Amino acid sequence: MQRIGVFVCWCGSNIAATVDVDAVVEAVKNEPGVCHAQNYQYMCSEAGQGLIKNAIKEHNLTGIVVCSCSPRMHEATFRKTAEQAGLNPYMVEIANIREHCSWIHKDKKEATEKAVILARAAIAKVNLNTPLRPGESMVTKRALVIGGGIAGIQSALDIADAGYPVDIVEKSPTIGGKMAQLDKTFPTLDCAACILTPKMVEAAQHPNINIYSYSEVEAVTGFVGNFDVKIKKKARFVDEKKCTGCAVCTAKCPSRKGGNEFNCNLDNRGAIYIPFAQAVPNVACIDSTRCIHFKTGKCGICEKSCSAGAVNFDQKDEIIEQKYGAIVVATGFQISDVTKFDEFQYTKHPDVITSLELERIMNAAGPTKGTLLRMSNKEHPKDIVFIQCVGSRGNTCRDKTYCSKICCMYTAKHAMLIREKYPDVNVHVFYIDVRTPGKNFDEFYRRAVEQYNVDYIKGMVGKVWENEEGRLTVQGVDLLSNRRIMLDTDMVVLAAAIEPSEGVRNIATMLTASIDTNDFLTEAHPKLRPVESPTAGVFLSGVCQGPKDIPETVSQAGAAAVKVVGLLAKDKLVTSPCTANANELMCNGCSTCERVCPYGAIDYIDKEVNDHGKREVRRIARVNSALCHGCGACTVACPSGAMDLQGFSNRQIMAEVDAICK
Amino acid sequence: MQKTAGLIKKRVLELLADGTVTKVLGWKEGDFIYDVTPASFLSAQEADGLVYSSFCGANLSKYLISECKALTEGKILALLKPCDTYSFNQLLTEHRIDRDKVYVIGVGCKGMLDIEKIKAMGIKGITKVIDNGKELDIKTIYGSKTCKREDALLEKCLCCKSKNFKAFDEIIDPEPETKEEKADRFAKVSELEAMTAEERYAFWQEQLSKCIRCNACRNVCPACSCMKCVFDNPVSGVSSKANTDSFEEKMFHIIRAFHVAGRCTDCGECSRVCPQNIPLHLLNRKFIKDINELYGEYQAGEEVGSRAPLADFTFDDAEPSVVNERGNS
Repeated sequence: MQRIGVFVCWCGSNIAATVDVDAVVEAVKNEPGVCHAQNYQYMCSEAGQGLIKNAIKEHNLTGIVVCSCSPRMHEATFRKTAEQAGLNPYMVEIANIREHCSWIHKDKKEATEKAVILARAAIAKVNLNTPLRPGESMVTKRALVIGGGIAGIQSALDIADAGYPVDIVEKSPTIGGKMAQLDKTFPTLDCAACILTPKMVEAAQHPNINIYSYSEVEAVTGFVGNFDVKIKKKARFVDEKKCTGCAVCTAKCPSRKGGNEFNCNLDNRGAIYIPFAQAVPNVACIDSTRCIHFKTGKCGICEKSCSAGAVNFDQKDEIIEQKYGAIVVATGFQISDVTKFDEFQYTKHPDVITSLELERIMNAAGPTKGTLLRMSNKEHPKDIVFIQCVGSRGNTCRDKTYCSKICCMYTAKHAMLIREKYPDVNVHVFYIDVRTPGKNFDEFYRRAVEQYNVDYIKGMVGKVWENEEGRLTVQGVDLLSNRRIMLDTDMVVLAAAIEPSEGVRNIATMLTASIDTNDFLTEAHPKLRPVESPTAGVFLSGVCQGPKDIPETVSQAGAAAVKVVGLLAKDKLVTSPCTANANELMCNGCSTCERVCPYGAIDYIDKEVNDHGKREVRRIARVNSALCHGCGACTVACPSGAMDLQGFSNRQIMAEVDAICK
Repeated sequence: MQKTAGLIKKRVLELLADGTVTKVLGWKEGDFIYDVTPASFLSAQEADGLVYSSFCGANLSKYLISECKALTEGKILALLKPCDTYSFNQLLTEHRIDRDKVYVIGVGCKGMLDIEKIKAMGIKGITKVIDNGKELDIKTIYGSKTCKREDALLEKCLCCKSKNFKAFDEIIDPEPETKEEKADRFAKVSELEAMTAEERYAFWQEQLSKCIRCNACRNVCPACSCMKCVFDNPVSGVSSKANTDSFEEKMFHIIRAFHVAGRCTDCGECSRVCPQNIPLHLLNRKFIKDINELYGEYQAGEEVGSRAPLADFTFDDAEPSVVNERGNS
């Protein structure tokens, strides 16, 4: 029989205001095994922990139950407390009476009843707990960064500077990401390329950084400190070592019907292309879906024109296998689909564009060489209307519920740049709110209004149509004067919502990292662990975690890098002893557990077993405890009940359920 | 049938004589002609008792688990009907039997008869059944009776999975795939689904309360092949072997259905052997129907090594919310 101590925490008023802590102590003190129960204002405090330690010694406790906050918050704390008092740390159970109880209930009687039930379940479990010993695992001192935008580049640079090798995997032919497409950056209006391209070059030249461009992560297995990753290096049909980036082939390529993604498809590129002049690596890439040679077997002009002999139509996808200790996800964002908002005529009229398209039009390297032109007739516009929050902050199925955060600032930037360069152009901005928190941000917006006379209209746009003059008419409301307004304009710019990149779900699944309803990766704690994924060894950098601007992205990228470096600096990691194992006498080697194991931790051996005196060789499941995460999928899949999880055994779970149902 | 039985016996004797197999798994007749039971034969002399008749409904696959273990030399010959080969494949998938130790003769099948159905028609004292394919000419001690063959078929044969063998080393007298419309095997399940929860509860209450907990369904089920059944394991805390209360008798069958979910080939043995005539196959068919609807058509045992939807993950899997909503309806 265990000697159990129950410690009920008030968490100040967090628990005590909704749960009658005295009643909980009273209710559990006669439960089987309990020989001590008390409550205290802050159990996690120095004094609270001291109280637990004293009780362990005084009452010779063999197990403790702490009724407090989520185990994600303080399980580690109380395990350490128990260890300091000479108790095995795995003899501690947490009954979550805060997140699971006091925070979600209003009625004190109900909440108290539930707290008692949760405490009873934990007591029933601790009665069956056994001391466990953690193991150790080695750390591979190499990091993987998925995504080569500014977030990925910054994380990689910081990790590399700390002395650890880093690989960047970027799916497109060049690193640089969305920032490379931008013209100027707020709030300082310095040119994006001027600040980004030196970082791209630095990453490429860094001795500790290796860039896998035009590559994708294919599979991830393993665990913190020991990830095994398969990277698919897609065939670019150009030898990276031979290509000099002279771009002769890209100019000569006769297949020019397809859009240029880098310029948001506002102009076309060849089938062989270098995304932009400062691309890193500055190596051409053949898009086999557009290449005439791949379609007809003829052409081959690029091959003939390449003086370096770099074109190789026989190149194949290559799979690279590498071990990593830590993984940074920096997969960034994409512009959400604005074709759903057909009232704005985006699909019908070339003068209705997204803000990212405007970025390319304003950029000196863009399709118009930086001259602001209407895409319909290449004429200079007289009026431009910006529409904010297209797809953001809505509650219909077309919208994202969140604020995309960057649009207010970049729209102010666009308005200001246009008024600066073309004072004759009238600029109108329809907005719900203007949100400009951030250093020098509000000042920036006020400059647009006060110094550049940008016409900000509080209200939304109902629809846009082409009028008889071939211009656009915008119908909206001005909420401040409470009237409907019609504006004739030459261009309409939509501040479309941003969303996590396509494919992030796939990556999250491979990493077993969780994502929220909007597909943003979830952080381990929204306030206290914002750059860590709940999956150990996986870190978050940039917009994949939530909308943010460049300064924020760079800060977060650095923070993620510090966490990676902190991990890689360790030689060994402590592994959880809560792993699965198969009961040899019950296992019938059916392979069901192997099929459901997400970590590939189970294999089979032929082993001689002694089943009550009967010796025979049987096929039996074997769990590699270094690979097992203790997820428990095998324990529920096993038809025989042969699989069990240490620390969460079937008996313990059943005892908890019984205690709850009693 | 007579012809097929003759061909089978001839081939069995040949294989025993040339040493290809050392043991034969088949059927033998009991006290009555319809009382046919699984049997093993070690010699030509013993094999004389081997029969193949319209009452050979029993699926022999499961016996291969213990037979494979016990086998020290040669191979064991198993006579499998097309539907039995699904169970055979499922057992191979679960590594319960060793393919190299088994010689499978696929035996053609027109559909097997259900003696309970015949008896229910009031036909008693049966001495002989002449099967012309459409009608049964039944000789009894009270004279001759006839009935439509279709009315006397086993439930599993009314919705015959296939006349094709999914595993075999050789085939004797195969039947062509039936052209007639097969019965919808989910018809009764749909009917139960359409009931209110209270009606459904009453239905199962009535059926399952008949259970005498003889464990025949578990013992015959090819998917029930655990080293130690949870019902025999006091540590599992699931249930005990005896019927101690009405909750347990219901839970026994429901837990069993959960345990075989996704692995059940719908061989129908559970219902066939039930002495209380409980339609246990309906529990399994409910699972199969749900799996088909949620994860796409899947037939356990169709091929060796296939990944059952419940033990697999794909990006097209139904979202848990969809599964949950169905559960609430």
